Amino acid sequence: MQADRERVNLPDSSTQLFHDDTKFALDRIAVFQYLSVGIFLFLICGFWVLQVRDHAANSEMAERNRIKTVPLLAPRGKILDRDGRVIVDNHSAYTVMLTRENLKSEHVQSIADGLNLDPDDLRIRLRRYESRPKYIPVMIKQELSPGELAFVESHRDPETFPEMELIQNQRRLYPHGGLAAHVIGYVGEISEQELNLPEFAKYSQGDVIGKFGLERQYNDTLIGIDGQRRVVVDSMGREREVLESKEATPGHNLQLTLDLDLQAVAELSMENRRGAVVALDPRSGEVLAMVSRPAFDPNAFAIRIRAQDWKELTSNPYNPLMNRAIQAQFAPGSTFKPIVALAGLESGSIDDHFSVHCGGGATFYGRYFKCWIKGAHGAVELHRGIVQSCDVYFYNVGNKTGIDSIAEYAQMAGLGKKTGVDFDLPGEAEGLVPSPKWKLRTQREKWCAGETISVAIGHGAVTVTPIQLASAIGGVASGGVWYRPHLVKGAAVPEPRRGNLHADNIAKVISGMYGVVNEGGTGASAAIPGLQLCGKTGSAQRASNALVKSGRVGREMKDNAWFVGFAPRENPEIVVAVLFENGEHGNLAAPIARDVIKAYFDKKTRLARPSQPQLALFQRPQVPN
Amino acid sequence: MARYRSLRDLDWTLLIIALIICSLGVLQIYSATHDTKWRNAWWKQIVWILIGLGIMWVATSIDYHTLLSQVPVLYAISIVALIATFAVGDVVFHSRRWITIFGFTFQTSEFEKIVIILMLARYLSELKREELGIRDLLKLGGLVGIPTALVMYQPDLGTGLTYLPILAAGVLMAGLRWRYLAAVAIACALILPVGWHFLKDYQRARLITFLDPSRDPRGAGYQVIQSKIAVGSGGMWGRGVTHGTQTQLRFLPVPHTDFIMSAFAEEHGFVGVVVVLGLYFLLLMQVVQNAQTASDRAGMYICMGVATLLLFHLLVNVGMAVGMMPVTGIPLPLMSSGGSSTFSVFMMLGLVNNVRLRRFGS
Repeated sequence: MQADRERVNLPDSSTQLFHDDTKFALDRIAVFQYLSVGIFLFLICGFWVLQVRDHAANSEMAERNRIKTVPLLAPRGKILDRDGRVIVDNHSAYTVMLTRENLKSEHVQSIADGLNLDPDDLRIRLRRYESRPKYIPVMIKQELSPGELAFVESHRDPETFPEMELIQNQRRLYPHGGLAAHVIGYVGEISEQELNLPEFAKYSQGDVIGKFGLERQYNDTLIGIDGQRRVVVDSMGREREVLESKEATPGHNLQLTLDLDLQAVAELSMENRRGAVVALDPRSGEVLAMVSRPAFDPNAFAIRIRAQDWKELTSNPYNPLMNRAIQAQFAPGSTFKPIVALAGLESGSIDDHFSVHCGGGATFYGRYFKCWIKGAHGAVELHRGIVQSCDVYFYNVGNKTGIDSIAEYAQMAGLGKKTGVDFDLPGEAEGLVPSPKWKLRTQREKWCAGETISVAIGHGAVTVTPIQLASAIGGVASGGVWYRPHLVKGAAVPEPRRGNLHADNIAKVISGMYGVVNEGGTGASAAIPGLQLCGKTGSAQRASNALVKSGRVGREMKDNAWFVGFAPRENPEIVVAVLFENGEHGNLAAPIARDVIKAYFDKKTRLARPSQPQLALFQRPQVPN
Repeated sequence: MARYRSLRDLDWTLLIIALIICSLGVLQIYSATHDTKWRNAWWKQIVWILIGLGIMWVATSIDYHTLLSQVPVLYAISIVALIATFAVGDVVFHSRRWITIFGFTFQTSEFEKIVIILMLARYLSELKREELGIRDLLKLGGLVGIPTALVMYQPDLGTGLTYLPILAAGVLMAGLRWRYLAAVAIACALILPVGWHFLKDYQRARLITFLDPSRDPRGAGYQVIQSKIAVGSGGMWGRGVTHGTQTQLRFLPVPHTDFIMSAFAEEHGFVGVVVVLGLYFLLLMQVVQNAQTASDRAGMYICMGVATLLLFHLLVNVGMAVGMMPVTGIPLPLMSSGGSSTFSVFMMLGLVNNVRLRRFGS
């Protein structure tokens, strides 16, 4: 420095226009140097704070920037019929998710518009996720329409809505027209309330679970295990590297005892009618068909049902969400008579020669009870009593047998309590078999003898569900063996209940039921040539006779029509119970059962035909003998 | 003037430091762009540097007194060039900054710096008094204000702002009751950052967005946040060349130009930052030393103008990388990729050498 300064002061030889001496500025230059030192220290401090003091926090942010977790949604198991045919399938769909790390609140409105979502709903949805880690994306819409898919594809670039992310997943595809809708149920996104239940502890927000029917009951079987991919992404959201990939494990398939052929026939025959059809194999308790009408379309539930659709379903007076096959409890009417007859025979209060005269009605305990027939049946014994469904005959049987015996045998047949199908389908109703004990317990009143007369023809307090009726009659027809009705093929079923019934008594009742269909009885419309179909019609009042006469009864109060039938007569293979609400007479329910039973035997005959193997393109489904 | 001057007389220390910084810059440009569409940027930068050395030699060879004598012409040309840029320039990022001549694009505002440095050196060295009068101030304000306004109107706020410190430093060096001014400057320097800290986050974001909205298309503060994460994740020793995730995965915006310091800090860590800032400091002091040894005031003013400009660039660009300065988009001298910036820095270093070579008078 010293040397330099000396040099500066050397005399100048050049032409100098102005006073030229830089010495005056030396202290000002020193100020500049100090200022430089200060600025450099200031900058180094800045780096020290970020790189040394806050290094850990910044490293974590860098990691979160680049690593993204993409869920791989596992497809649910398929639901198959007894022959392995697909009832419920999956189809691939696109789901759009929002990554919340780069979500801009001002984008929500436009994204909702593009995806046809309610922006307020979307905001509420995003708010729900606020407590969860930021890297978990929010599923906002499943199964995009082509238009919505195009919207996502064209707007998820970094300049527009980089927070949108598209994933492909499997979605549930249910049969159209609500086929077996009540049995299968539906899936939906887990709700807030469900998330708080211990049953759903292992699920989290956004998971799709079974909500109703078998989908719910067998959710654990059907649901797969979602996988996930942890990927490195760049600022454009492009994947650069896969760090970890856990494949999704698909759910297990669920094979049902339902037969799609029978189910379809039953569904078709119930079209535009209210009621239920249950077809069971009395030899095993397998449910071959189960229909409840009106039905709903499970596809409408998709992931989240639209509020309007839900309102329509819940405000419908006919309650389409109710599974009438297991939940509708109505008086069985005359379909109860075989049980009463059996109770009479087994208790010894009557034999098959016991005969009464039907003059169109009879008086018991000071009250006149009418027979359903306008004229009179004349002399009626057991066989004719069942065939013609003579009320007067059964008033007498009931009166002689007594309520306790009737209740005993009704309960033995499985009436008045759950059949156990609720192992598969929750919410089964119990029905009711009244008895003096029951009346004392529930109404604190003594049993009136006159009530027995009503119960004897399936009225009064007695109620059954379609599945109870099918199971009860099927068990009786099988010689007093009742299997638990079930819907899952190959499921371990407990040992059947065995009733202590006399085979000849059963044969006498069945003979009557054969006559109902084949000897010009009330169920003649169910007859199938060449098939020993036995059955019993019933029509049960929903309103008192006085009310009906007053003419103020609408369609809703018309009698329910029942039919329960089985075939063949010996060792029955199928029993069908039909409830046709407001169908007025069992005669109208009988053809429905006939169609189902015919479909069963037609199929059996078809499959028994020798086939030409070289022409068989498909493996013949195996049907149990 | 006819006296022979050998290459030996060049400021080799200055040159070597500059070239070391340049090579670190090339390395960082390579690392930040090796798998992008700018993958050629690193060797282009080498070409710019080589051309820059040629420009430097030209700027060294022509006696700075000759240059000073041509200041009115240079100034007029530069103003015309700025207006031409505004009229026919290429629009990039919503702003007209470049002008295409013979297939090369030039950022005219970069070369304006040289003109302003020379213009100030000439004006201040011709002063006959030890203090500037109010008329001098107004004249200088006007002369610097016209190009500043033109550049800011492009709009290029950052580059426009770089002209003002040259003026301020020149005026202070010349002596304008400088003790008072120093007091004012210190007060300002204290108040500005303090005031900055008292602003609410959204106000800062607004201020930044207001200052330069076109640089911030993905929301206020995004670039700053990403830059700070990049710097911070580098830690003490850095994540290694081509291993900084913020840089490599493009979370860091423009990692080879304006945010090259953030990319460097991510991949080379605090240690690397201290080394490179140390080099810059040595470079700066070398320029200052040439100011001290200049044979006349004009040379001193030229060197101090260059030193001030470099210091301001460092403060704003590096301060931006650590979030201590708003995002204004001015390059880091010698490191940021780009021809115009590299040329203008080498031209300035050429002027410094020019002054050095003639320090014994000519």
